[in-house]
Amino acid sequence: MYLILFIVFAGFCLAGAINLLLQTHPINSALSLIVVMTSLAVLYLLLGAEFLAIAQIIVYAGAVMVLFTFVVMLLNAGREERTLGSRAARPIGFTAVVVLLAVFATVILRVQGLNPAVLGHGLTNAPNQSNLVLLSQVLFHELLLPFEVTSVLILIAILGAVAIARREGAERTAEK
Amino acid sequence: MTLLEFVFWSLLKVAVATVVMLMGIAYTVLLERKLVGRIQNRWGPSRVGPFGLLQPLVDGAKSFLKEDLIPTAVYRPIYLLAPLISLSCTLIFIAVVPFGPPNMGPHRFDLFEISNINIGLLVILGLTSMGVYGVALAGWSSNNKYSLLGSLRSSSQLISYELALGLSLVGVVLRAGSLNLRTIVKQQATLGMATWNIFGGLQFIAFFIYLMAAFAETNRSPFDLPEAESELVAGYHTEYSSMKFAMFFMAEYGNMINVGCVATLLFLGGWTSPFGDLFPQLQSTFINLFAPIFWFVIKVLAFLCLYVWVRGTLPRFRYDQLMNFGWRFLLPLAILNIVGTSLWLAFQ
Repeated sequence: MYLILFIVFAGFCLAGAINLLLQTHPINSALSLIVVMTSLAVLYLLLGAEFLAIAQIIVYAGAVMVLFTFVVMLLNAGREERTLGSRAARPIGFTAVVVLLAVFATVILRVQGLNPAVLGHGLTNAPNQSNLVLLSQVLFHELLLPFEVTSVLILIAILGAVAIARREGAERTAEK
Repeated sequence: MTLLEFVFWSLLKVAVATVVMLMGIAYTVLLERKLVGRIQNRWGPSRVGPFGLLQPLVDGAKSFLKEDLIPTAVYRPIYLLAPLISLSCTLIFIAVVPFGPPNMGPHRFDLFEISNINIGLLVILGLTSMGVYGVALAGWSSNNKYSLLGSLRSSSQLISYELALGLSLVGVVLRAGSLNLRTIVKQQATLGMATWNIFGGLQFIAFFIYLMAAFAETNRSPFDLPEAESELVAGYHTEYSSMKFAMFFMAEYGNMINVGCVATLLFLGGWTSPFGDLFPQLQSTFINLFAPIFWFVIKVLAFLCLYVWVRGTLPRFRYDQLMNFGWRFLLPLAILNIVGTSLWLAFQ
């Protein structure tokens, strides 16, 4: 049952990813990315990480991708032309992907303490404990400082965006 | 319980919930037309069937049989996909809504909720955030400037008020200490009305924010700028006709029912009786089965009537007023509410 679901949604995920690369229209690529993200969320759910799954849907599929589609819609980006590109790109790109995959695979397989996950089981040994509780304990007790620093970083990024947007608007009114 | 029985009961639950939801949508339309009619001193639909009761069915049949016009310049795949996204996000919603206490069915089967999951509230927020795609893509793919402007108007409204909506629910989650909708209801149910989150839980500010944000999220008056009939061209669904338009329409009314369900669960004590344990529990299985559904439906119905009442009496906001209200008033108020609730809970 879990294996069937895994195969179906992993298939969706891969199909979405390949479609994302092959489509020439930006909005189609953006929609394929949404498919990739939602099927990833289902894969998280199958691994027992329910909070991560729903956060993936709310944050990535819901918020980030809405902004992507907005940008595509507002810029009215048309069909991209398929260029042959640099001749060197293809061989180098494929080798780079293979090398990266190999490195990741060896690291994940070699590192001690990383066990293979089992489909349909919880992430922890306690089956009835919500991983929301565990996650918040880790975030707000053990990793409190990095967590807060990250949120300040995001705040700075927002303020920076606002400042840039304001300066352009002020210049425009000054020109008039 | 064998696997076959489980599949049978689950399919039955899904079928019943979907049919009830669709009928609910149809009759919410009638309820609105009747009540707005009365507010404006006229009868509302009264010709088809007794008191116009068959009007929604006739309207549905009309939508099915009308000619389905697709303009030539639309971007077809997305144009066809958009109403489906809108309607399915609305209909999936009902899967996480509990209508009654657990373990009421045969073999302690969970009869009153399609799936009892421990992140139910987040699923609801996730579905709301996915619903934006239907609106945004419909306007873009129609290839019409009025549609595009309308969809930008609606999607920015949806995204802005989603924040206030999500933050208004945090106070309730803090009190219950759980995202499971059943736990949240159970936590309010100890003394009936006195322990409901809106009264005894001191979450009336959160309820006010939720109410405002819910009006905006469902594109209803006084925030119905997406389709301000009397002032603007209809909005993101300008180029849609027949059943595709009806799907957007159904999604809108379905969302009304959905936010009513959420308000009932989070603030009004869900399926529990407002009197608590004032009256002794009756031994009749029939009453024990139907009393929760009765209270749930009554509460949702009251919420819907409030919706229609507001629509019939309040004027529409201007667009800048809408944005100012959302960002400069509701959002800070919601954050203050979270801070206040956390302090209260910490000192308790």
